[in-house]
Amino acid sequence: MTAVLFDNVSRHFGAVRAVDGVNLEIAEGEFFAMLGPSGSGKTTCLRLMAGFEQPTGGHIEIFGETAEGVPPYRRSVNTVFQDYALFPHLSILDNVAYGLMVKGVGREERRRAAEDALAMVKLPGYGSRRPGQLSGGQRQRVALARALVNKPKVLLLDEPLGALDLKLREQMQEELKILQKSLGITFVFVTHDQGEALSMADRIAVFNDGRIQQLGSPEEVYKQPKTRFVADFVGSSNVLPAKLCQRLGVTSSFASLRPEAIVLSAPGDGALSLSGTVSAHSFLGAVTRVVVDVDGSRISVATPASLVVPKVGSPVTISFAADELHPMEDA
Amino acid sequence: MRSDRLNRSPLGLKIAAAAGLAFMHVPILLIFLYAFTTEEKSYQFPPPGLTTQWLAVAWNRPDVWAALTLSVKVASIATTVALVLGTLCAAAVSQTRFFGRETISLLVILPIALPGIITGIALRSAFSMAEIPFSFWTIVLGHATFCIVVVYNNAVARFRRISGSLIEASMDLGADGFQTFRYIILPNIGTALLAGGMLAFALSFDEVIVTTFTAGQQSTLPIWMLEELIRPRQRPVTNVVAMIVVLVTFLPILGAYYLTRDGDQIAGAGK
Repeated sequence: MTAVLFDNVSRHFGAVRAVDGVNLEIAEGEFFAMLGPSGSGKTTCLRLMAGFEQPTGGHIEIFGETAEGVPPYRRSVNTVFQDYALFPHLSILDNVAYGLMVKGVGREERRRAAEDALAMVKLPGYGSRRPGQLSGGQRQRVALARALVNKPKVLLLDEPLGALDLKLREQMQEELKILQKSLGITFVFVTHDQGEALSMADRIAVFNDGRIQQLGSPEEVYKQPKTRFVADFVGSSNVLPAKLCQRLGVTSSFASLRPEAIVLSAPGDGALSLSGTVSAHSFLGAVTRVVVDVDGSRISVATPASLVVPKVGSPVTISFAADELHPMEDA
Repeated sequence: MRSDRLNRSPLGLKIAAAAGLAFMHVPILLIFLYAFTTEEKSYQFPPPGLTTQWLAVAWNRPDVWAALTLSVKVASIATTVALVLGTLCAAAVSQTRFFGRETISLLVILPIALPGIITGIALRSAFSMAEIPFSFWTIVLGHATFCIVVVYNNAVARFRRISGSLIEASMDLGADGFQTFRYIILPNIGTALLAGGMLAFALSFDEVIVTTFTAGQQSTLPIWMLEELIRPRQRPVTNVVAMIVVLVTFLPILGAYYLTRDGDQIAGAGK
């Protein structure tokens, strides 16, 4: 069943087209990511699902029901906010039980449900504390418990891991994924971190300027970017201009080539090659990033750090398998 | 307090501070002292003798009671009106974006920036033009103009501290507008409203200028006191009333101080 359906949805703020003709179909139980830079319309799409914004055009359905004009408090959708938005004057238990309290669930029952939810996010026994007494990561978990205790059909997450440090973020990514699989709830999450989107999502919609640039599985979006923007934003692929495409026998005017698909050596059988000079390199831990200048185009190559890197200014031949070169639709 | 052995202040500063405090508070003590003097026509020092007879005299004067009840009524109603309108206005200005928002914000604050005498004259001529007879209600309206500002200022500052996502979170979790106000907004602005309301009450209670222009035959307590000072008869009665006013206004302020001190304990309890 379709969890969320966007049919040509637009949200314009005066002359600003925050969301411009978006079509989406999110399946039930899917972990769906909306990826894009700030101002790309991804958060507005999330707010349209939550009901904080109303579309200026198009049609939205949540589990087959029309969503336009339905206020947030009548939608079977809950949100984990970017700043967590925990109620500072309530205890953790009252925060988590809030949704049940306003729905009129009895005191004992909602206390038990809230404690179960806290146990689920690995914060058992934290109920009597206040939001101010918790760390960022703990607050994040409380926000998650507060949303999940209402058993939403769709859980919306707005940059949920944005405020956490790297270590905690990786841990939460894993936990969120496990939680989503075990609960079977549709998760829709917004992020500007491509690594996060690639590692967590079943499918990704890449946003730019209020439109979806590409929608597909992480592999598709990463390996076969449809537009120059996607190539650049997801996985920082090289974009080869028309001149190089022609030389390599590609008909389209732009093609993408991932840095890790390139090797710094003479071509083997059936491989394509280009020659240029090394213009820079930087050590990134597991790999070294080498920038090669080919007729004025800078092509970035990710080479294992264990290999010897040629000096800056020395001539070099780069090669790659022909099927690693992906023609793109437009600039 | 306990660590002041490390940074002792010089004696001169201590004396200056004491003198400053004395300058502010000794005259108030004198008011108390003269409430018990036996001399009723002038304030001579030291008082020739002490008596408690003026307490009884004040108690039995109907004009004291009339002025006091009028002042309490005016202040209560003006504060109530200000609490409702000031909160609504603060909510609109701080939580939404609309054309003319800054202008409205300025216009609301203007009455307290304007000299009271301007507000008074303006209201008086407006009431005359509209042929509204001067009454209890014209005093209330006059007082409400500046009471709203006080409540508004307190509430708007607190509203700005409530992050917009708290209200959205509440709605998201299934609370409608009324529930969100009841469970989220009110507990967060409650102490600001209490403080604003008390200040508004106190301002209204001792207001003279606007009252002079908007009152009919009624005299509120401060106006009654002014009139009494001009008449050299039973002067200590005024002091007795002043003393009672100090006590009556001091107690709620003290109470509110203790209430707001551990304010985060009240909100959200017992639900």
